Amino acid sequence: MKTRKLVNLRSFPLFSTVSYLTFFILYAPIALVIAYSFNVNRTAQIWTGFSTKWYLDVLTNDDIVKAVKNSLIVALPSTILATTLALAATLGLQRMGRKGNTISIILLGAPLIIPEIVLAVGSLCFFLFIGLPIGFIGLIVAHTAFCIPFAMLPIRARLVSLEASSFEAAADLGANEWNIFKRVTLPLLAPGVLAGALLAFAISFDDFITSFFVAGPGSTTLPVYIFGMIRSNVTPAINALSTMLLIGTGGILFASYSLNQDRKK
Amino acid sequence: MDLKRSRPGQTNRWFAIIPMGYLAFTVGIPLLIITTYSFLSRPDLGVGVKWEFTPISYVRIFVQERLDGTKGFDVRYVKVIWNSFLYSGISTVTTLVLAIPVAVWIATRQAKYRYLLVLLVTLPFWTSILIRTYAIRQLLDEKGVLGQVTSFLGLGDNFQLLYTPTATVIGLTFTSLPFMILPIYASAERFDFRLAEAAYDLGAKKWSVLFRVLLPQISPGIFAGIALVFIPGLGSFLAADMLGGGKTNMIANVVANNFGQARNWPFGSALSVFLCLLTLFFTLLISLKTRKKAEAKK
Amino acid sequence: MVSQKKIGVRIVAIAAALLLLTSCSSSTEDAAESTSTAFPTAQGGELNLYNWTNYIDPEQLKAFTAETGIKVNLDTFDSNETLLAKLQSGATGYDVIVPSDYMVAQMVELGLLEDIGVSSFPNGKNIDPNFMDVYWDKGRNYSAPYMYGSTGIAVNTSDAAANAITSWKDFFNADGVTSVDVLKDQTEVVSAALRASGVAAADLCTTDKTKYVAAQKILDGFKPKVIDSDGGIERMVKESSMVRMAWNGSVNRMVTDNPKIKYVFPSEGLNFWADNLAVPKGAKNIDNAKIFINWMLSPKEGAAATNFTGYGNAVLGSGEFMSPTIKSDPGINVSPENAKLVTPTPNCGTEARDLYTQLFTSWTSNQ
Repeated sequence: MKTRKLVNLRSFPLFSTVSYLTFFILYAPIALVIAYSFNVNRTAQIWTGFSTKWYLDVLTNDDIVKAVKNSLIVALPSTILATTLALAATLGLQRMGRKGNTISIILLGAPLIIPEIVLAVGSLCFFLFIGLPIGFIGLIVAHTAFCIPFAMLPIRARLVSLEASSFEAAADLGANEWNIFKRVTLPLLAPGVLAGALLAFAISFDDFITSFFVAGPGSTTLPVYIFGMIRSNVTPAINALSTMLLIGTGGILFASYSLNQDRKK
Repeated sequence: MDLKRSRPGQTNRWFAIIPMGYLAFTVGIPLLIITTYSFLSRPDLGVGVKWEFTPISYVRIFVQERLDGTKGFDVRYVKVIWNSFLYSGISTVTTLVLAIPVAVWIATRQAKYRYLLVLLVTLPFWTSILIRTYAIRQLLDEKGVLGQVTSFLGLGDNFQLLYTPTATVIGLTFTSLPFMILPIYASAERFDFRLAEAAYDLGAKKWSVLFRVLLPQISPGIFAGIALVFIPGLGSFLAADMLGGGKTNMIANVVANNFGQARNWPFGSALSVFLCLLTLFFTLLISLKTRKKAEAKK
Repeated sequence: MVSQKKIGVRIVAIAAALLLLTSCSSSTEDAAESTSTAFPTAQGGELNLYNWTNYIDPEQLKAFTAETGIKVNLDTFDSNETLLAKLQSGATGYDVIVPSDYMVAQMVELGLLEDIGVSSFPNGKNIDPNFMDVYWDKGRNYSAPYMYGSTGIAVNTSDAAANAITSWKDFFNADGVTSVDVLKDQTEVVSAALRASGVAAADLCTTDKTKYVAAQKILDGFKPKVIDSDGGIERMVKESSMVRMAWNGSVNRMVTDNPKIKYVFPSEGLNFWADNLAVPKGAKNIDNAKIFINWMLSPKEGAAATNFTGYGNAVLGSGEFMSPTIKSDPGINVSPENAKLVTPTPNCGTEARDLYTQLFTSWTSNQ
């Protein structure tokens, strides 16, 4: 059908060159970080030899391990909470009137539009005001809030792509609201919910500004810790840590990719 | 698909009211507090606020009492605000120019490669923005790769790129690329190439098809991308902090400083409110534009 | 090899200079309150330490745990204001904090610190007498001395322009001829500019605006390469910059990796600061906090901290355990002439601080 003109039709001048260039731009700095992580010299940019000692340094550093734990302690509950609330919101939004819809759009957009520094500082003042001791609870509360809109994006996209017929068929077959919800809506939305959860997790784990202002005793998260490292003690250990995070994240993504491929077969 | 039409299995509205309530609580109230603080005064000792109302913080954004006692128009913070626009704007344009080709190119690859390519674009986004900004810092360091390359090219030793506004813009661009590519790709993937085919059949050249058929069709993605890059860019903190050498200040850096060393929470709050109003303004602008386009299509 | 006595004399010299300028009114010391309960013994548990980044040896903390069975959780902060903000927002999880001199004074005034009577600890007798009646904590009830140092100028002697710097005036003029870094600290930058313009150390907190005009002129003409409190050691070592406003301990570390660097005491004077260990009110593990602070006041531990951070400590007898390179560091082992130049960091009231902020933000936004 279209194959006769396929190549011609789909290529534009310079687009492939720019694409290769852009991918290079995207990955060159990261490649550099990984490369320098093997530099034996304390000063990353002056290459004096190959070494894996910084990896050992990172793995045996109690503070880093603790920071990772803290990041997880915050990210996991935030993800679960945010995804649940996002799912509920996606579904319930259809039943809201015009006014409710407008208010909801504003509220959902707020964490995305409002600069994070403002939210961070505001959260700090808020917790101070109500006397909530800053720490994990505050962090989870704040993280959940800005994760909800992100979690909603894939869920909503998924809902939109579903055919009304599935639901109507179930209704026609005599299923009640709750059953339809349990056995049709949820399973169909599952991929979107999973995607939303992953997104929320990434956003929460990676968060810096809010965590910086709202972290309390013993709740320093990994990005805040790395920031402290960059501030004071710049060694290739930062590179090693970054590389490990990259591999971890990349691994998860590729796993989900291959899972997707399998399912497609 | 019309979401507003009620379908069975869609639960009731309380499912939405609870999350909205949560957001109103955790986002709305902090904003309210910040706005209130912006009208309060500094305490004599320590940090925080003193409950005395005054609009002076807003005045101080534009007017300063100089050392010789005169009051005058103060460019400092206006400069900072302008810089935020400039840096975010430049990075938005740059990412746009790079992202459109990439998005379209990926959309025109074979299906089995597309997912992988999207993954490759997304992967950096999943890494911490701290790490990515730090990567740019190491790259631009004149003692590192950049220095060696520029020496090689004969641009002299110690070619200084790091700790300049340019570095900040580069950092912003680099960290924003995935945010621009992905929405445009989403639009590009849905592009019906039969439209392009029709245009070619009618004798249009490549550039024509590009600008008059493709771009308008993917403009929703473009607008989404612009919104996702420019607006957060205005409120960006890390790029200027880590790459600007302390000489590049965007609004977020000044706010952070006022909640830190400068110990002026009311002023920091006033700037925050100002920043919020700015981002709100641009969001409305872009969403109005998008809505107009959507209506025009119908 | 410098003998113990000579080091003692030199530390006394700098401390005497500091004493002369810090003790305000002569005050009759209140009799130190003796705690009715005996000093606590280690019974395991935890300690939450909130310290500056990279300011204590992780090995030292491990040693503490090994000796006492108390597990240490370390969190870090980057400025006194961050520390204060965290405390004022009700963070009750920290047991030991590390505020600088002026911050201790403010915290005492705000009622944020526990009165633990440091001077009556078993190791309280080890506190250098010159650090006992400091303006921020006379008699040492709230805080123990940790590290102290000065903020001067690091120069790379291989660079002619850098090597010629002997004053803040030179420093502020050097930006045109060589690469100069500066701390992102408004107190340090503005006080240095004030000094360079001829303001005496005692007037650094003046609210007389005319005194700031000259300082502003100096700053207006000053465009450093980097304004940043971090990464300075790295930049100097790899010679990205030839001159830097730096804390003496940083310079100590720079010299280890690049012996061409040296520490300069500017002729107009420089700031002396002293960090302290204190316990916030309502801390959960007060006993463990006391044990930790007491432990840090032993000569061996004081020296260990010095050896790691590169700054001086105020623990008598620690000289014996300090590494030779530290002992010969001119930033720690201060000559009497240099000692005269060191004056305490200005701890200004709101009005003066506002002027500092005004100058600093004007300057940074005009870069």
